[in-house]
Amino acid sequence: MLLGRTANGLFWMHRHIERAENMARLVDAGQRMALTKLSDSSDEWASVVLSSGVSATFKDKYDEYSAQTVSDFLLRDMDNPSSVIASIETARHNARMVRTALSRESWESLNEAWMSLKRILANPIDERDMPIILDAIKRETALIRGAFHGTMLRNENFDFARIGTFIERADNTARILDVKYYLLLPSLSWVGSSLDNYQWESILRSVSAHRSYRWVYEPDYLPANVADFLILNGRMPRSLTFCYRNISENLGYLANDYGTRHTCHDTVENTVKMLAFGSIKDVFDEGLHEFIVDFLHKNNKLGKEIAEAYQFY
Amino acid sequence: MSPFDEMLGPGKSVREPYSGYNEWLEAQDNSRLEQKTRDAEQVFRKTGITFAVYGEDEAVERLIPFDVVPRILSGREWRKLAEGIEQRVMAINAFLDDIYHRQEIVRAGRVPKELILKNSAFLPEMIGFRPPAGVYTHIIGVDIVRTGDDQFYVLEDNARTPSGVSYMLENRETMLQLFPELFRRVKIRPVENYPRLLRRSLAAVKPPGCKDRPTVAVLTPGIYNSAYYEHAFLADQMGVELVQGSDLRINDGKVTMRTTEGYRPIDVLYRRVDDSFLDPMTFRSDSTLGVAGIMDIYRSGNITIANAPGTGISDDKAIYSYMPDIVEFYTGRKAILKNVPTWRCSEPDSLKYVLENLTELVVKEVHGSGGYGMLVGPTSSKKECADFAAKLKADPANYIAQPTLSLSTCPILTEAGLAPRHVDLRPYVLVSDRIEIVPGGLTRVALKEGSLVVNSSQGGGTKDTWVLDD
Repeated sequence: MLLGRTANGLFWMHRHIERAENMARLVDAGQRMALTKLSDSSDEWASVVLSSGVSATFKDKYDEYSAQTVSDFLLRDMDNPSSVIASIETARHNARMVRTALSRESWESLNEAWMSLKRILANPIDERDMPIILDAIKRETALIRGAFHGTMLRNENFDFARIGTFIERADNTARILDVKYYLLLPSLSWVGSSLDNYQWESILRSVSAHRSYRWVYEPDYLPANVADFLILNGRMPRSLTFCYRNISENLGYLANDYGTRHTCHDTVENTVKMLAFGSIKDVFDEGLHEFIVDFLHKNNKLGKEIAEAYQFY
Repeated sequence: MSPFDEMLGPGKSVREPYSGYNEWLEAQDNSRLEQKTRDAEQVFRKTGITFAVYGEDEAVERLIPFDVVPRILSGREWRKLAEGIEQRVMAINAFLDDIYHRQEIVRAGRVPKELILKNSAFLPEMIGFRPPAGVYTHIIGVDIVRTGDDQFYVLEDNARTPSGVSYMLENRETMLQLFPELFRRVKIRPVENYPRLLRRSLAAVKPPGCKDRPTVAVLTPGIYNSAYYEHAFLADQMGVELVQGSDLRINDGKVTMRTTEGYRPIDVLYRRVDDSFLDPMTFRSDSTLGVAGIMDIYRSGNITIANAPGTGISDDKAIYSYMPDIVEFYTGRKAILKNVPTWRCSEPDSLKYVLENLTELVVKEVHGSGGYGMLVGPTSSKKECADFAAKLKADPANYIAQPTLSLSTCPILTEAGLAPRHVDLRPYVLVSDRIEIVPGGLTRVALKEGSLVVNSSQGGGTKDTWVLDD
């Protein structure tokens, strides 16, 4: 038996851990794009803020997009509810609330991550320290995940945590892919240019997939291949298909355990089918940006249906 | 005269209970012990064993300082204490049952009527109602101080929602991790089974409406409560749900909690929420920490609330001074554990004495707590005493006075080696169809030299408490 509030806490705890990690990757990608020097780097940083989904809050606070303002905003600003520090803070808040539903190792790894990241992110970051700090964030979140996987019983607690992780990851991957839409190339003649290539590579980097891409596709970064990899490839652990197969699996366990199916089960099956039978050509025909907007909407709706079905509130 | 020390007797001789520990201690060097203290802090921080002190916007989580030198009681000392505590706890429950029913003790003229009826901790809603198994205070913490080899006094009874038991358990766990070899050398009675005893105890007082195995839950005000860690710890250790007011609702005459599969009934609620917040329909209507309608369910025999509402009347400071009479009235025997002598300023002779000896006494407000509205004579200026005397004369019934006790000391580890500091002791008692007292309890220690204030909110620390298995 699990309290609805506890299921909610596990779900959001894991969404925020995932968000913290992805935010660090996003800043990493922005950093690399800005270093190309092929264009004014403020465009790249603007695209990073847009894809983080919190650009309105950013504009309230800052007038210019620079390495300093954007990384500060995305990593250590408590006014930005999606910043790394705010996400870790929220994750820990949720974890404290659901302590009795976590293994000791899970709680302690998150608590230690919180202590260490609060210290690391206390002061404005010197650009030279950025790689070390981004690594530290990724390492802390990896430790949390490791402790969780190594010690948690595979019961409903685990299912809600996993569902939270993959709903958030799907959201983040879709947003990262959308960066390309906002990142307008100077003109049509730049398509296929080294700048174009560099941007696609950065996107792959931001999901830690620039190496595995080359294991699967030809070495050149082709937009269709990158999109295929991040949307449809079922073996790529951050792709939309991968995320949705996992959500479907964990929701399936809940349906079996409880003996009840809900609307969310149909919603997830529809999306899994859409991804399984779709081709990347269909996606491009529809328009990548339009596809992503529609996906984000569905993903959001699924989260709400799950909250309702399992009495989170 | 220097106060009684738990470890060192006359001429710096080591007292018998500490002999085994002292042999080990002599082989240790200070720097290793200091390192162990830092290790312990690390463990507490990592585990998140903190209590919250909240400011305007940012939460500060603080550690309660832990001292690595244990407070040790011999088996003989403990048996006497336990006997006295058991007697006292039985009397408290009998007293509560009596004042919510026939009030024999009032009729017998042993406790004044207005002291009960005019007391805000007395709940008229409980009149004529007998909780399941007749138990009112399921969990009690009795604060005990010592002034000599054989002189123990009860300073206070905590019969509402005593806290600190998680520290007793974590302190032992920490000591086991830090000094395993010590536990092979000295035989100590275990405290680790407290959560199991608590669960058994709560299940044993299930309400008449519950026919099967009872579902137990812990009710917390939430993560912002200073004792939240303890609430989560106890729920976790007992393997029961930790619920908040927002999880609960009355359905079909039962208190139920919202789960992922709908609402499920609760039979026994170990609440860590004060009486006044328990039921907005009966008590404070602005409370969101309780459950609307729970008192009706309680009275209809479909839930057990532990501790029962209205138990606060028994640990009130004004009632405290009557405890020797209360114990004798209900057990037919003199109280084994003494009260600290207390002057009730409502009585003219006492008031006269208190006013004449103000500089040597501690004067407290009857309903005060946490050290507010209180005068410590020996450390106050002439003007403070005079000002207080005026307040006292204006409303004598609002005050009691006690001598300043010379609390016993116990060594703590300081940078300069071991040094004595004042301590008290809070053993925990569980009441159901039987009475269980875990051997030991929480020893609180004033870390500042000479200080008598052991409260964690004012810089006090804690120690592991050992009862020898001899």
